[in-house]
Amino acid sequence: MSDTFQLDGASVPFEPGQTVMQAALAAGHYIPHLCYHPEFKPHGSCKLCTVKVGGRTAASCTMPAEVGLNVESNIEEMNGLRRTLVQMLFAEGNHFCPSCEKSGNCMLQALGYDLEVHTAGFRHLYPDRPVDASHPDILLDFNRCILCELCVRASSEVDGKNVFALSGRGITKHLIVNAESGLLKDTDIALTDKAMQVCPVGVILPKRVGFSVPIGKRRYDQRPISAQALDDAPRQADASGSCAACEGTP
Amino acid sequence: MSKKLRIATTSLAGCFGCHMSLLDIDERLFPLLDLIEFDRSPLTDIKHCGPCDIGLIEGGICNAENVHVLHEFRKNCKILIAIGSCAITGGLPAQRNHLDLGSCLTEVYLTEPGLAHGHIPNDPELPLPLDKVHPLHEVVKIDYFIPGCPPSGDAIWKFLTDLIAGRTPELGHGLIKYD
Ligand code: SF4
Ligand code: SF4
Ligand code: FES
Repeated sequence: MSDTFQLDGASVPFEPGQTVMQAALAAGHYIPHLCYHPEFKPHGSCKLCTVKVGGRTAASCTMPAEVGLNVESNIEEMNGLRRTLVQMLFAEGNHFCPSCEKSGNCMLQALGYDLEVHTAGFRHLYPDRPVDASHPDILLDFNRCILCELCVRASSEVDGKNVFALSGRGITKHLIVNAESGLLKDTDIALTDKAMQVCPVGVILPKRVGFSVPIGKRRYDQRPISAQALDDAPRQADASGSCAACEGTP
Repeated sequence: MSKKLRIATTSLAGCFGCHMSLLDIDERLFPLLDLIEFDRSPLTDIKHCGPCDIGLIEGGICNAENVHVLHEFRKNCKILIAIGSCAITGGLPAQRNHLDLGSCLTEVYLTEPGLAHGHIPNDPELPLPLDKVHPLHEVVKIDYFIPGCPPSGDAIWKFLTDLIAGRTPELGHGLIKYD
């Protein structure tokens, strides 16, 4: 008999070393998340996965599972916090969904839908973030970056290339390309890299394949993200190196 | 049945797509018209807004006239609803927000090939463009938002019927969309 904790009144079994998120997903319980990806070490930056444990809030993707924890996730108090986080992400970047190739396959957008976010609410910052179209096969649209560092982690841990990094602090924090010119064309990134598959939003895009899936047939047109995240858990890569959760894989 | 709700609509910096979507509720317009009547709207051609229960605004704020119309609506409508991406986020017109307005006008009217002998429109009848395009909620208080570019007729129907029936409007999967 394995150890358990309580999640929204349900008993969740866990293995030693698992986080609350890992155990919850493995047991078929969805906790909203954005920067968490089962194939990578948790980063704990977006805070979308925040839950209430014993009266305090904690990021469930980094919190170790423990016997007897009483975790509250799907409660209005937490969903309200998540709504605000999603709103801030929309206000901080330039998310013009009607012209975005990732629309319909985007985790940020899908979370907005699931949480019934009707407006960013805040004053939009409209930052000036020129795109990098220098690479023949890959477009970088920084306007949509949510700084989750998944591409940074994938490029260094899986591809062994270190193509991406985050630079700056606070509101000036931004994604950079590790090349003297700062341009993607001067890196050794390839379409087959893991870094091409992990971006939850529409930043790292293979060229010439956009909008190939019609509206109504895209991933989150079908079912809400809360109903699909479980299909991905634990989102193991299949033999081809692609995983169900990674959109835009050519 | 108590008296009909009075609804005003307008398109500011929008493309009338949201109004087209409103008409897309098709034959449900008839039951809707049992519950509401239109005040100022492109559908009635009434030029100014009187006291209303609901104001439905498509499009963001890109020029001085938009600001005046928005204030007229806020003053007269008990409930103000921003409808569509442009009203809610600035949308397509706001894609100029990271550019300098002067250089936009110069490029479009003076230096762009084909308009080489044009001039920047300066008729006093034309409202002055604002430096930046703004979503409605940055200028006045907005009570509700119906996202979508445009929201579908079904989404508008669901939202309005929820609201008219006194429920908290909810769109849910399939009706809520940002594109
Ligand atoms: S990245 Fe997602 S949220 Fe941002 S514009 Fe694209 S679809 Fe919309
Ligand atoms: S480019 Fe995508 S994967 Fe990389 S940090 Fe930005 S949002 Fe995350
Ligand atoms: S998913 Fe846990 S902090 Fe982002």
